[in-house]
Order: sequence, then structure tokens, then C-alpha cells
Amino acid sequence: MEAHPASHHEPGFWQKYVFSTDHKIIGIQYGLTALVFLLLGFGLMLCMRWQIAHPGQPVPVIGALLHAMLGDVAARGVVSPDLYNSFGAMHGTIMVFLAIVPLAFAAFGNYVVPLQIGAPDMAFPRVNMASYQFYVLGGVVMLVSFFIPGGAAQAGWTSYSPLATTIPTNGQAFWLVGMVFLINSSLLGAVNFIATIIQLRAPGMTWFRLPFFVWAQFVTAFLLLLAFPPLEAAGIMQLMDNVAGTSFFLPTGLAVGGKLADISGGGSPLLWQHLFWFLGHPEVYVLILPAMGIVCEIIANNTRKPIWGYKSLVFSVLSIGFLSFIVWAHHMYLTGMGTKISAFFQTTTMIISIPSVIILTCFFISLWGGSIRFNTPMLFALAFLPMFGIGGLTGLPLGFSAAVLHLHDTYYVIAHFHYVVAPGTIFALFAGIYYWFPKMTGRMMNEFWGRVHFWGSFIFMNVVFQPMFAQGMAGMIRRMADGGANYSAATLQKQGLESIGGLSNTIMSLHTMILWGAVGLALCQIPFVINLFVSIKQGKPAPGDNPWQATTLEWQAPTPPPHGNFATVPSVRRDPYDYNVPGAPGEFSPQNQA
Amino acid sequence: MEIPYVSQPRPDTGIYNAKAGIWLFLASEVMLFGALFSSYILLRVGALPADWPHGLLNIPIGAFNTVVLIVSSVTVVMAWVSLKMKKLGQFKIFQAITVLCALTFLGVKSFEYREKFAHYEVWKTDGTRVTGHIEGKPMFLTLAKLKAAGREKIAFIADRHHYSEGKAAMVRREAHAEHKAQEIPVSQIKRLSAFVPAHSTYFAIYFTLTALHGLHVLGGAIVIGYLFGPGSKMFFTDPERLTNRVEVSGLFWHFVDLVWIFLFPVLYLL
Repeated sequence: MEAHPASHHEPGFWQKYVFSTDHKIIGIQYGLTALVFLLLGFGLMLCMRWQIAHPGQPVPVIGALLHAMLGDVAARGVVSPDLYNSFGAMHGTIMVFLAIVPLAFAAFGNYVVPLQIGAPDMAFPRVNMASYQFYVLGGVVMLVSFFIPGGAAQAGWTSYSPLATTIPTNGQAFWLVGMVFLINSSLLGAVNFIATIIQLRAPGMTWFRLPFFVWAQFVTAFLLLLAFPPLEAAGIMQLMDNVAGTSFFLPTGLAVGGKLADISGGGSPLLWQHLFWFLGHPEVYVLILPAMGIVCEIIANNTRKPIWGYKSLVFSVLSIGFLSFIVWAHHMYLTGMGTKISAFFQTTTMIISIPSVIILTCFFISLWGGSIRFNTPMLFALAFLPMFGIGGLTGLPLGFSAAVLHLHDTYYVIAHFHYVVAPGTIFALFAGIYYWFPKMTGRMMNEFWGRVHFWGSFIFMNVVFQPMFAQGMAGMIRRMADGGANYSAATLQKQGLESIGGLSNTIMSLHTMILWGAVGLALCQIPFVINLFVSIKQGKPAPGDNPWQATTLEWQAPTPPPHGNFATVPSVRRDPYDYNVPGAPGEFSPQNQA
Repeated sequence: MEIPYVSQPRPDTGIYNAKAGIWLFLASEVMLFGALFSSYILLRVGALPADWPHGLLNIPIGAFNTVVLIVSSVTVVMAWVSLKMKKLGQFKIFQAITVLCALTFLGVKSFEYREKFAHYEVWKTDGTRVTGHIEGKPMFLTLAKLKAAGREKIAFIADRHHYSEGKAAMVRREAHAEHKAQEIPVSQIKRLSAFVPAHSTYFAIYFTLTALHGLHVLGGAIVIGYLFGPGSKMFFTDPERLTNRVEVSGLFWHFVDLVWIFLFPVLYLL
């Protein structure tokens, strides 16, 4: 093979799968890594749910393992309050920054976007590889922090100061360094995506012929590009607070453990919250927009007709992108920042729900009159609609500064944003995996086990999150290691206190239901994992390059697409979703068909 | 596999890929520094005027560094123009000046940093404050370190005025300025800090902003140095692409320069 140095020789294993610059390999690397983190984040939560439902009792099955790995914070396999705080902070961090964003944006975006626009690769293949490597480094730093003395960060995924600085462990410093890696990773990814979409569209692929998924990724990339740097700045400042003794976010007169802290003071805790949520709010759209893009592709494909209101979708996603930068302080109504500012952010928050409703409505109307194919991807995509609907609509009360007086920091908030991200985004991601799997491997995933996975997940997701609305409205506060047992009516009565206002037995007993719902949800993922890996080699071979009879360009490429993707540069002549168009030659018309 | 528009501009957008990339990158940089400048404003607005140090930085040195960076911004353009005209030698001369300017800037900056680390403020138990130097010019001393070392007093050479007093006090004291060390018993010190990040939110933001900017200068110098040295071999294989690389690194360099144009007045003058 090496006889002719000038010839194009096959890359070895390391170059092909580990240090690859091919967007498809990088997409799959991102996808698999993110799925591992998704599982890990879920595992942390299972331990926490056990602790909430059975405070102070050792975690079954893996309790001994926890003790062996983490030491005294998990003595006898019990999740101590410190460990509970660590797991809570890391569950949020891992799920948002290491699982969902890499999966939704980087994995699907990397694999699908260049194919859908008819490009040979991303604009900057080596930057793309660096982006993945930064992501892995960030993940490693986060994981290592579990094993340092004192354990991982404990101040929540929002890392509010001064708490994040006054907890006497190095977990927070690890968290911040890890975040800087992750932010640089997504910065490189975002630059690459936008440049690719602007520069490498195939001839004839005009802006309004882009599949909606590409539009969603385009806007998402802008959110990452512009919203993440302020968090990086804030992270640098908090790191300075933690290691260089500055007071960026520490107020004058701060006392720690009853003693006046030896600091200059003069900083502002509110400044951290502003900078954090300036990222934090666009971030939730980073989580949801790629999901909407995936759902759009699958709905158009399986209703066999053009998506309803393509331009409305595009302009809605653009408005969401813009508006998401001016709603951040609705997370901060109770900080005392003032009613005038609250009024402003309340108004913008209500306005941003309009484009979200338009998008959801377009999807619903698209179903009308279609001859719907109920395959696994479509089931997940269809379930996304009501699940995201519940998540979105329950967010409206949280946008009102008056209603939030009661609901702030309760389980209602948890239920709300999990409905958006868990049965919402994650269902869309599952849909995307089942949908694009044949393109990646040339084989189909098993339909029966796909349905088992879907119905199990659908039922148990709701068993887990629906009760939390009730708990939150009853006044149960989040982030309590005992699940609010201290404030329950039963405990108050035991202490001889007035039990009015305490959490009732019914509300407290919901913890058990949620725990078993979460266990059920975990069991339902087993068929998915097995299906995913077994189907790579033993799945039913996909009928041709275009098993779903889709119109977008990725299905017109060979399967799996070779390095460089298309044999000849495709020339685009049609809109993205030309299904059953009157006068067209076939039932569906690929974008590159005359 | 060839990625299109690596050196030639795409006809409908009018730019090549890397140019799109660098402008997007700079947009994110604007947000990064924008957040820090916003934090500066918020911290300063929230501070009492007497607690916000003023006039402690060396303005002539800062001005000198400003000129250095502006010169480098000119030479980086001239280097690009030289390459456009296919004059490799001229390109090398201009790019060498750019790198020298970058190193000069960093050298001057580290000298400034060093001075600050040995310049102190003492908060006394009677409520008065004084700035100056400790005899022997030690760096990074704190009250805790003094106590741990068992020191009972320090020899302190006070500055002519404290930053909270304003210019008038300085002129008034000019006449009978003492430049002898006075002794301050450690028992009379409430807090002691060099002008390090922990001194105050002013120095915290000063060091954070200038260090982050310094890292950008260093990064830019490495890239420009690479294109000046080994990277310039591309002139003989793909001169167009080399010119593009120089243009892109130059755009970044202008941005780094521009950040300093904001930093200098905000931190030194205002």
C-alpha cells in the first residue's frame, strides 16, 4: 500500500475513526459520546430519586459501588446531602452541556447538514475535529471532578454566586474549567456550521429551498456563537473569585460560616445571574430548535405532503432566535431587580411564545389530510407535539412575574422544563436516530422493539413528570435532598406543630410513583440500546439509498455516504418537501430532480 | 475531495470560507469582551467613588503600548498588501515588525504587572488608608502572610496622596513630601493588599481584561509568527491561499488592537 507515496492510500483505524476530519464520522463520534453522557446523567438522577423517595437509605444494587468509588460522601451506599447536591449540579450540567446540545446540535448537525445542503464536508474539517476534542476534554474534566476530595460542583447547574465560591471544595473550579472547554468546543462548531451553510450550499440550493432542519441548525449556531461567550466571561470571573480571591460576584460584608470573609467585597451576585441567564435562556432554544428541525423533516416525510407554512416556520425560527436574547431575566423576577425590568422581560417572554406556537401549529396543520405512515420515527415525532405543547404552555405562568411568586423554584418549574427537554427534545432525538440510522449504516432498526421503546418511554415519561406539576403547585421546593420531608404535614405533626401548609401525605407519596416511573423509563431504554447496536450489523438491509422515499438531498447520496459525500455535485431544482405535488412525475420529487 | 471556495470567493456571497469564519469568530469575541466591559460598568456604577482606584496606572506607558499596537495594525495591512503584489521579501519585513510590536507590547505589559504586584494599599484600624511600597519591594504580601511570618511592623514608603483624595491633595502635599519610610505596626493594620486582582473589583477587572487581551496578543503573535516563518513556504505552492491566511490573521489582529483601544481609556484614563 505504501509502495507509491503519492497514491491516495487508505487511512488507518486511528485516522479514520478517532482523529477523523470527516463530518459524518465526527457526527457519529459526537452522537455516541453524547448518548453515554445521557445515560450517565440519567443514572445520577435515579440515585437522587431513590434518595428523595427513601431519604437516608442505601441505594439498592449500586450502593456499594457508589461507596467504593466516591468514598465517604456515599458511606454505606447512602446518597448524603453533599452528594445529592453534587449529583444535582452534575445532572443538569451533563444533560444540558454534555448530552442534549452535543447530540441535537453537533451530532445531527454534523451528520445531516452538509448532506442536506449538498456539500462535500464542513467548511473547516480540522476545526470540526478540534471541536469534538474540546468537547471530550471538557467531559473528562467534569467526570474527573467526581473523584477529587470534596467531590464535584455542588452549586447547581446554574452555579449561583456567592454559593459557588463559598463551598470549600475544588469541584466548582473543575466545573468552570470544564465549561471553558465546552464553550470553546461549541464556539468552533457554531462558526463551522454557519460558514458551511453560507458558503457550501450546492448550486440551486437557495435559502428558501433549505430543509427546515438546516434553518433550525443555522439559528441554533448563531445562539451558541453569541450567547455562550458571556458565560465564558462569567466563568473566567467566577474562576478568579475561586482561585485568585477576587470579588466579582461577592458582595461587601459577605460572611461565611459566621465569619466575615477576607475579601475586598464590592461585587455583585446579580451580575453572575445576568451573565448566566444571558446564555441560559438562548440555551433552552439551542435545546429545542434542532429538535423542531428533526420533527419537521419526519412529519413532512411521513405525511407525504409538503410541510404546511414553510415560510412561516422559517420566519418563526428567526424571530425566536432574535427574541431569545432579550428574555433572560424572566429567570430572575424574585431577585429584586425591580418591577420595571420585570415588566419588560415579562412582555418579551409573552411575545416569544408566539413564534413557538406558530411552529407547533404548522406541524399540527401539516398532519391534516395527510396519509400518515406510523413508523417508529413518526411515532416519536408525533409524541413530540403534545409533549412540547405541555412544556411550552405550562411555561406561560412562569413568564408572569406575579404567578412566579408562588411557582418560583418549585417542582412545577422542574416539570415544565423537563416536559420541553425530556419528552420533547429527547423524543425528537430518538426520532432522528431511528430516521437517519439507515443512511448511516445501510440497515433499518428493528420496528417492533422501536415501538416497545416508544410506548414504554411515552408512558413512563408522563408518570415521572406529570406528578411534579401537582407537587410544585402544592409548594414543594426543588433541590431538597429529603424531597421536602422536613416540610411535610406528617413531620410537622410529629413535632407537635400546626400542620396547615405542610406538604400532604398524598403529595409526598408521589415521590414513590416518580421513582418507579423513572426505573420503568430506564428499563424501556434497554431495547433501544440493544436495537441500536445489534442493527448496525444485523438489522434488515435498507431498501436502497432512500428507504423512506424522502425528498431531501441526504437520501440522494450513496449509503453510507463516502468521504466527500456525493459522486457528482448535486444541482438543486426543487423545494425541500415536494411530496405528491400536482403535475410532478412521481409520488415524491427529490430536490435534485428536474 | 475538494472543499470549494477555500481560496476563491463564492460568487453569490463574495467571500471565501475562512473570511466568513473569522468574522463569525470575531462576532463571538465581541460578545466575550462585551460581557466583560458590561461587568466593568456594573461594578463601577455599584462602587463608592472613594473605593474605585484611580490614577494608579502608568499613563505614559499605556499610551506607548497603544502606539505600539497601532503601528502593528498598519504593518499587518502592509504585509498583506505586499503579498497581494507578490513581494515575499517586503511581506517578511512588515510581518517581522508586527511580531516585534506584539512582543514589545507583552514585555511592557509584564513590566507594568510586576510593578503593581509590589505596590500596596494598607487599611489601618483607625479607618485611614495609605498606598505605597514596603521596604525591600516584596511582592504579593498579605496581612495573613505577615502574621504567619511573625512580623510586628513594616517599613512603609507612602505615596504622596491616596487615590480617594483627588488631585488637589497631591499638589498640596508636593511641598512637604516625605520620602522616608514610616513604620506601621502590624497590629494597626486591618487589611493589606498589593495591587493584585484580590485588591478590589477595579483591579480584578483590570487584570482579567488585560490578561485575556494579553492572551489574544500572544495567540495572534504565534499565528502571525507562523505565517512569517514556516507558513510562508505556501507562497511557492498556493500564494493566493497564503494571502488569504494573512488577511484573516490580520483581521483578528485588528480586533485585538481595537480591544486595546477601548481598554486603554476605560482602565487608564476614566
